[in-house]
Amino acid sequence: MAALTIRDVYKRFHSVEVLKGIDLEMDSGDFTVLVGPSGCGKSTLLNIIAGLERQSSGNIEIGGRIVDNIAPRDRDIAMVFQSYALYPSMTVRQNITFGMECRNVPRVQRDEAVGRVAKLLQIEALLDRKPGQLSGGQRQRVAMGRALVRDPLLFLFDEPLSNLDAQLRAEMRIEIKLLHQRLGSTIVYVTHDQIEAMTLATRIAVMRQGVVQQFADPETVYNRPANLFVARFMGAPPMNTLAARLEATRGRTVAVIGYGEAAIRFPVPPEAEGWNGRDVVLGIRPECIAEPTRHFSDLPGAVTTIVASVEMVEPTGAETIVVLRLGDERALGRVSPDVRHRLSETAQFAVDTRKISLFDPASGDRIT
Amino acid sequence: MRDTSFAPGRILIYLIVSLIAAAYLVPIIVVVLNSLRTSEEIAQTSMIGWPQRWAWSNYGIAWADFCVAQTCAGIRPYMLNSALVTIPATIISTLLGAVAGYAVSLWRFPGDRWIYGIVTLGLFLPQQMRLLPWTIVLRDVGLINTLSGLVMIHTIQGLSFTTLFCRNYYVAIPQELIRAARVDGAGFYRIFWRIVLPLSPPILIVTVIWQFTHIWNEFLYGVTFTTGQQQPVTAALIALTAAVADIPQYGVQSAAVMIAALPTLLVYVFGGRYFVRGLTAGAVK
Repeated sequence: MAALTIRDVYKRFHSVEVLKGIDLEMDSGDFTVLVGPSGCGKSTLLNIIAGLERQSSGNIEIGGRIVDNIAPRDRDIAMVFQSYALYPSMTVRQNITFGMECRNVPRVQRDEAVGRVAKLLQIEALLDRKPGQLSGGQRQRVAMGRALVRDPLLFLFDEPLSNLDAQLRAEMRIEIKLLHQRLGSTIVYVTHDQIEAMTLATRIAVMRQGVVQQFADPETVYNRPANLFVARFMGAPPMNTLAARLEATRGRTVAVIGYGEAAIRFPVPPEAEGWNGRDVVLGIRPECIAEPTRHFSDLPGAVTTIVASVEMVEPTGAETIVVLRLGDERALGRVSPDVRHRLSETAQFAVDTRKISLFDPASGDRIT
Repeated sequence: MRDTSFAPGRILIYLIVSLIAAAYLVPIIVVVLNSLRTSEEIAQTSMIGWPQRWAWSNYGIAWADFCVAQTCAGIRPYMLNSALVTIPATIISTLLGAVAGYAVSLWRFPGDRWIYGIVTLGLFLPQQMRLLPWTIVLRDVGLINTLSGLVMIHTIQGLSFTTLFCRNYYVAIPQELIRAARVDGAGFYRIFWRIVLPLSPPILIVTVIWQFTHIWNEFLYGVTFTTGQQQPVTAALIALTAAVADIPQYGVQSAAVMIAALPTLLVYVFGGRYFVRGLTAGAVK
């Protein structure tokens, strides 16, 4: 069953179009992450789903019911806000039960529900404190508790982790994922952090300037980005996107970077044949470029060994990022920390060509 | 470090400050001293002087016995009038201002800026300009020469100020709080009552102090729209000075002035303390 259907939603503020025809469908149990740079319209879309803002046109359907004219309180949703939005004058317990209080749920039921959620989130000891007496992580938990206590059709998360420090953010990310696995709830989650999107989502909608660029599972978004924007936005460090041209060599299609002696050739899938003789943008993830001893695959032709000069190295400890010269362009590779390159030396690298993406340089759309 | 406390520049500053303070304090000191001297003593010596004999009875006479416009009940009934005007008008205008400020700051609606602008425009209209319109309104609603009429005027005029103050305080409340409460299922008044009002004591105390002192000290409307037994104490004090007697009753009159000024003084003394406490508590964040 579709838990949430967004049909052709537009949003205009005066003459500015913030959302330009959003169509998304989410199944029950999906963890959908709306991700994109700031100003892409993802928070506006979430507010429209919640009913806190009104779309200019299009429909929102929650649990098979069109909710366009239904107030937020009656949409069967719960929301977690970026600033947590805990009511400062109420205790944690009152914060969690406020929604039930507004709905005249009997006291006994409220207490029972608070107990259940407090146990789930391990905030039992905090119930009688005020939000001002809590740490950032504790406030985050309470904000989640306030949403979880309601058991709604749909959970909406608006950048819930962006106010936490890096370590706490990683911890809470794991907890949110565990909660989702345990409760099987349907979640729409807004973030600008592509790592959160990759780690949490079952489906990712990458947005830019009010348009959904790609809506797919994380693996597809990462390995087969629909266009150059998605390719460069997802992944850190980002995908290398290099100017190349396709040529037919001995009955096979290859992508060529650079000219003459220094040209580098990569095999590309036969579907790209139609682009022979034309310029393309070749995308390859940094982790697909490594030291020559790296074992990527046993498949014949999967790995191409290239020679390139090293412009810079960035050791991170777990691995070393190398900046290579490929033709006239720079590319990043990720090599084992045991490999020590000297600057401007020429070295061999293994390239996993199975994961090469090709894009149309004019439109930026994926070719194959 | 150089000790600056006796530097010539500093002495000069203290001198100037003391002079300014004295200029403000002298009239009050004169009134306080005169309120403790008998009228005979003032008449025989001068308006300025140290009491030869402490005349505490001035206060009792001013409070309950002195004759104002043919009635000899002191200023007590007029103090009561002032209280009956000031207290309801302060409470109602503060509460309405809080609701209005909440509406224009946290519930954005089409035209909210216009409404806010028009309401606060009232701050810039001179009082004299409003006299005639109010006369017509009071006549038409039948509240001329009543305390209720004054309550109405002060409530409505006070709204400009209370709305302005509350609105400027409430814009600091994060919008997300209101959004969260809406998703939780709370409506306009529940959000106000349960979330916004508990954050409001610091600003409510400021508005109450302001409204109370302004309404209590207000003179023009009191003297224009009420007569005789209906007058607030500020208007009655004028009638009191016009009282005819063998010798000018400066002593009793000074005592009456002191009594009339007491409530606003008390509000400052007590409210001011809560005000500072409210500010330091930092209720919103």
